[in-house]
Amino acid sequence: MDEELERDEKVFLLSEEVAQYAGAYKVSRGLWKKYGDKRIIDTPMSEMGFAGIAVGAAMAGLQPICEFMTFNFSMQAIDQVINSAAKTYCMSAGLQPVPIVFRGPNGASAGVAAHHSQCFAAWYWHCPGLKVVSPCNSEDAKGLIKSVICDDNPVVMLENELVYGVAFELPTEAQSKDFLIPFGKAKIERQGTHITVVAHSRPVGHCLLSKEGIECEVINLCTIRPMDIEAIEASVMKTNHLVTVEGGWPQFGVGAEICARIMEGRAFNFLDAPAVLCHWC
Amino acid sequence: MRKMLAAVVSHVFSRASQKKPALRGLLASQNFSNDAPCHIKKCDLYRLEEGPPTTTVLTREEALKYYRAMQVIRRMELKSDQMYKQKFIRGFCHLCDGQEACCVGLEAGINPTDHIITSYRAHGLCYTRGLSVKSILAELTGRKGGCAKGKGGSMHMYGKNFYGGNGIVGAQVPLGAGVAFARKYLGTNEICLALYGDGAANQGQVAEAYNLSALWKLPCVFICENNRYGMGTATERAAASTEYHKRGNFIPGLRVNGMDILCVREATKFAAHYCRSGKGPILMELQTYRYHGHSMSDPGISYRSREEVQNMRSKSDPIMLLRERMINNNLSNVEELKEIDADVKKEVEEAAQFATSDPEPPLEELAYHLFYHSPPFGVRGTNKWITYKSVS
Repeated sequence: MDEELERDEKVFLLSEEVAQYAGAYKVSRGLWKKYGDKRIIDTPMSEMGFAGIAVGAAMAGLQPICEFMTFNFSMQAIDQVINSAAKTYCMSAGLQPVPIVFRGPNGASAGVAAHHSQCFAAWYWHCPGLKVVSPCNSEDAKGLIKSVICDDNPVVMLENELVYGVAFELPTEAQSKDFLIPFGKAKIERQGTHITVVAHSRPVGHCLLSKEGIECEVINLCTIRPMDIEAIEASVMKTNHLVTVEGGWPQFGVGAEICARIMEGRAFNFLDAPAVLCHWC
Repeated sequence: MRKMLAAVVSHVFSRASQKKPALRGLLASQNFSNDAPCHIKKCDLYRLEEGPPTTTVLTREEALKYYRAMQVIRRMELKSDQMYKQKFIRGFCHLCDGQEACCVGLEAGINPTDHIITSYRAHGLCYTRGLSVKSILAELTGRKGGCAKGKGGSMHMYGKNFYGGNGIVGAQVPLGAGVAFARKYLGTNEICLALYGDGAANQGQVAEAYNLSALWKLPCVFICENNRYGMGTATERAAASTEYHKRGNFIPGLRVNGMDILCVREATKFAAHYCRSGKGPILMELQTYRYHGHSMSDPGISYRSREEVQNMRSKSDPIMLLRERMINNNLSNVEELKEIDADVKKEVEEAAQFATSDPEPPLEELAYHLFYHSPPFGVRGTNKWITYKSVS
């Protein structure tokens, strides 16, 4: 975010506690001291209001980063995300782009109870006109945040609070200011031959803990919309088995969609057993 | 001899009748006043020491422009009604006849470089913001020549510095505050008018927008078009306080006679000046009235009486009020106004003809414009065997 704020005057960050509090989860620490009140803006507790203002600002020439303290609070503002941001470019037949990023922690944390633990991947990736990304480590976060800010479309970036505090090795390439992870490209975190395991966000880390004797090919989706179904198909055609892992509820979720697409596509006949969905409950 | 005389006489008369329009025009312009002072109703003020002036000057040129614009909107809305009943227009269609003074008056009080966002009752503002009648009607009928290529419809028309047309009641208010935020951020002297109705005034996000705008001193004019009914619910049944100009609490407000275009114009100029001077947002309540029901599926008489509607038409019609002003002040005459009416009728008829004959957008373009600045990609159709191409 710092690099993008430096690169382009039109980029700014707004949400609750991002400035003087340095971010509820310290993601924006140091930014207010560096860029000041104009670029890093503390808002009142008004999700629908400030999300609407962010969308309006995007329509009128700026590139806002609208943070939700957690995506649970985005439900207050979801109309602005879907109806005002995602649908506008299409409804206006290309007259009105909306270059905006909605980002924040998503999914389960530690003991924060039902109101603060929902995963919104299935809700947001259902909607055309939105791009949805879900980083699982520092490299993902760095590469994706720059891609999403540079993109001229509404993007939802689903982070995870528990991963904020984890240190990851950052490859040299990823340390460059020009490092970008493109949309729609999944990553093979580990090669394997026995079974394909597909996940996004924090569950990718869980999938990397493997059982001895079983070589899992772990696919990190990175972008969940548009989804890189080709990468999953290629892997399933190699391993003949599929497990999907996600942090959301089972019905109509990420795993359900992956299974539907595999069933419709070229990899179906390569499955030796039905796909299995793993999820939160 | 007789035949020759008859020929000469008829020749003289035919030449005289050819000269008539030019001659009439010459006489006409010589006889009209260039401008006239007009008294307008004082606005109710809230948290303001002074308000818009109670007298203004209306020039002949302005009067003709406003008259024509209001007539275009009136005729366009009535034409839309007709086309809807003929099933050329489907879906939602919310008409603003009766509220013409609001759109034309607002536009007269701001600059073209200022910004406007409004609700679904948007056709009038689409026109005053620069969209042609042709492009508006063709958008209503869902044709390629529509301002949104037939993809937006009645509630989603966009133009330069005009952000629609919004389907979700009240959502446009924070958006408008956001537009004002951006223009202030970029160091311009532009303002944004964010319009909403008396029904939308009760939405929570409107209060959030008030708070954020006042806190950050955004150059946003919040405008409540109070036409007395939120769909079918009268203001007294929906709002604990119907003094909409005071509902901004800490934001100053004006209550304006929205049926008088000069009132609207002067109030808008006042409000725009207030915002541009860096004092932050201001609120205007335009007291107006819609003749049609909420939308084309509402006859508009189950929650109000026919007499009430008729009364408003006969006593407060905005076009009638302007016409009377123009004639009484010798800014125009009945004949000239009739000529304008005929010209407007022609323009709207031609636009309607276009709107019913222009082709619909091709099915291949169904998935166009999903993403901006994006290379083409395939979009799944209604099943896995159908793919539509999407281009920016």
